[in-house]
Amino acid sequence: MDLISFPEMSRGSLRAMRQTIDGAFRDFTRAWGETLEAIFSPLQSLLTFLENLLIHSPWILVLAAISLGIWLLSRSWRIVVGAVVALVAIGYFGMWEDTMRTIAMVAVCTLIAVVVGIPIGILMAQSKRTNAVVTPVLDMMQTMPSFVYLIPVVMIFGLGKVPGVIAVVIYAIPPVIRLTNLGIRQVAPDVLEAADAFGSSDWQKLRDVQLPLALPTIMAGVNQTIMMSLAMVVVASMIGVRGLGQPVLQAINQQYFTMGVMNGLAIVAIAIIMDRTTQAYGHRLQKHSEVRK
Amino acid sequence: MNANDSHDIEIRHLYKIFGSESRNYIKSVKDGMTKAELNDLHNHVLALHDINLTIPRGRITVIMGLSGSGKSTLVRHLNGLIRPTAGEVLFDGKDVATMSPAQLREFRRMKIAMVFQKFALLPHRTVLQNAAYGPSLRGVSASEAERLARHWIDRVGLAGYEDYYPRQLSGGMQQRVGLARALANDAEILLMDEAFSALDPLIRVDMQSILLELQQELQKTIVFITHDLDEALRLGDQIAILRDGAMQQVGSREDIVLRPANSYVADFVREVNRGRILEVRSVATPVAANDDLPDFEVKARSKLDVVARRMTSEGVARALVRDRQGTVVGTIDLPAILDAMVNPADAASDAEDAA
Ligand SMILES: Nc1ncnc2c1ncn2[C@@H]1O[C@H](COP(=O)(O)OP(=O)(O)O)[C@@H](O)[C@H]1O
Ligand SMILES: [Mg+2]
Repeated sequence: MDLISFPEMSRGSLRAMRQTIDGAFRDFTRAWGETLEAIFSPLQSLLTFLENLLIHSPWILVLAAISLGIWLLSRSWRIVVGAVVALVAIGYFGMWEDTMRTIAMVAVCTLIAVVVGIPIGILMAQSKRTNAVVTPVLDMMQTMPSFVYLIPVVMIFGLGKVPGVIAVVIYAIPPVIRLTNLGIRQVAPDVLEAADAFGSSDWQKLRDVQLPLALPTIMAGVNQTIMMSLAMVVVASMIGVRGLGQPVLQAINQQYFTMGVMNGLAIVAIAIIMDRTTQAYGHRLQKHSEVRK
Repeated sequence: MNANDSHDIEIRHLYKIFGSESRNYIKSVKDGMTKAELNDLHNHVLALHDINLTIPRGRITVIMGLSGSGKSTLVRHLNGLIRPTAGEVLFDGKDVATMSPAQLREFRRMKIAMVFQKFALLPHRTVLQNAAYGPSLRGVSASEAERLARHWIDRVGLAGYEDYYPRQLSGGMQQRVGLARALANDAEILLMDEAFSALDPLIRVDMQSILLELQQELQKTIVFITHDLDEALRLGDQIAILRDGAMQQVGSREDIVLRPANSYVADFVREVNRGRILEVRSVATPVAANDDLPDFEVKARSKLDVVARRMTSEGVARALVRDRQGTVVGTIDLPAILDAMVNPADAASDAEDAA
């Protein structure tokens, strides 16, 4: 018996199997593609609206609005000044429009990740069953090479913004879910017992105790989600998402070193701004745990 | 007022077995299986064994026992945080053990509040918001909840600290917040599970004084858990002693100290400073018709040690005991006082030494 070559399925059956699955999926795409596109079209509108708002408003207003947002979240002048300097440089080097597209994209992806991810995390924290089902799915989402799930997404939606957003959200949502779950599970049992003893309903317990106490942890998840969305912009540009990823991709193909580095640095700058802002916000949420008044 | 709504709490034949198949073993336990057997043979914990206790309204009932004796388990049956394996917990004719979740929520919001050993305050809320927690759950308006919270913060001596977070306060102050939070609930029953055990001794005595002072006016039904005999004797109108999930004795502090029901309780109260616990009325002899009454008078509720000191410094050997209404309770003499202050067990062993 031949022990060197692995006993494989015959080539013919393998091909037949692939064709059957591909065929079934193609049929599914034909039957449901338009419905799915219709379902996700509000997403497209939201993203387009935000992009246009950022690109077509006077740049000075956009800069002011972004600075105000950063200040409200972080209450730190250092971060605001750093952000303004970085954005002015980005604009001066001709990357303003692409940067705005990327910011809009990351904002929408983060919003979706939060809106979808936090409830899933809450459900996981409440039920062992949900936890057992969702955890392996999350593991798969985080380890599966993103190019693999780009295939079905593109088959259904074609190239464009919506498939880009979906791919980014799939890649970036696990931290929000995991850390929401973790944050709620970490709430001290004696505080929960007190909530019960005073007659809290489950909803009141969630609203008054579990979510507020989990919030710093949840914010750490949101921070990671933002970073991962930014890391995906280059991959997303391969399926037609415009923004800072596209020039990077172009630079790779054409070997334009400076162009690649400049756009790469712009991505890094945005990442640092968003990271510091959300972290500062997370710290502010923990103000109550400081010992000094 | 009929027997059903006396507002006492009646605990009847209460059993609690911890473990996944607790109901299967209740019969064996009722037939005499011991805690150790249940644990060794079936890996279940017998936490409460046929508890019967009446907790009178408006008084402080102390449940005392060593760590692991089942105190926390017992007190959690009163507000349904733990459900019994068998037995009843009756209040106003209703059995807490069979309440639906919605009834239980209502009961906890309106009738029964709790103070915890480790405070269990909401760390992300200020003192004011913590104190307003109970009222806010009841759906009271925000301004009314705040008014209640401020009132009780003031009453526990924390005025000025409304905007602090719990972590910024000392243990004693945190437990004052815990007390204010429970009192703001305006419930007639107050459960306190080792509420002062985590505090330093001096602070603990302070808190006991605050509690007694508030209770004079509020007359709540308080169930106070402690492992500390001094605390039990200071606070308890009624004291219940628990050992390994079984009730050893229920009675007044005099009952416990002067008439321990068994050797376990006797050992427990051995080291007590009896002169500081016992009131003269408990050792006064009734006056016979033609007794000549001493001129020196003492109050019926004075403690033995205080009376002994006064009598020796005044140089009198006998005194008349009168209660607050002025009625003569009896007479007392120094030898009787000294006799009551010495523990009979110690006296016996000293006699042996002398022989
Ligand atoms: N959830 C539980 N599961 C199993 N055993 C428990 C549980 N809670 C308490 N016990 C056991 O029940 C007994 C009484 O515990 P507890 O009421 O906490 O005692 P205390 O408050 O007097 O220290 C102990 O033997 C303890 O180990
Ligand atoms: Mg305990």
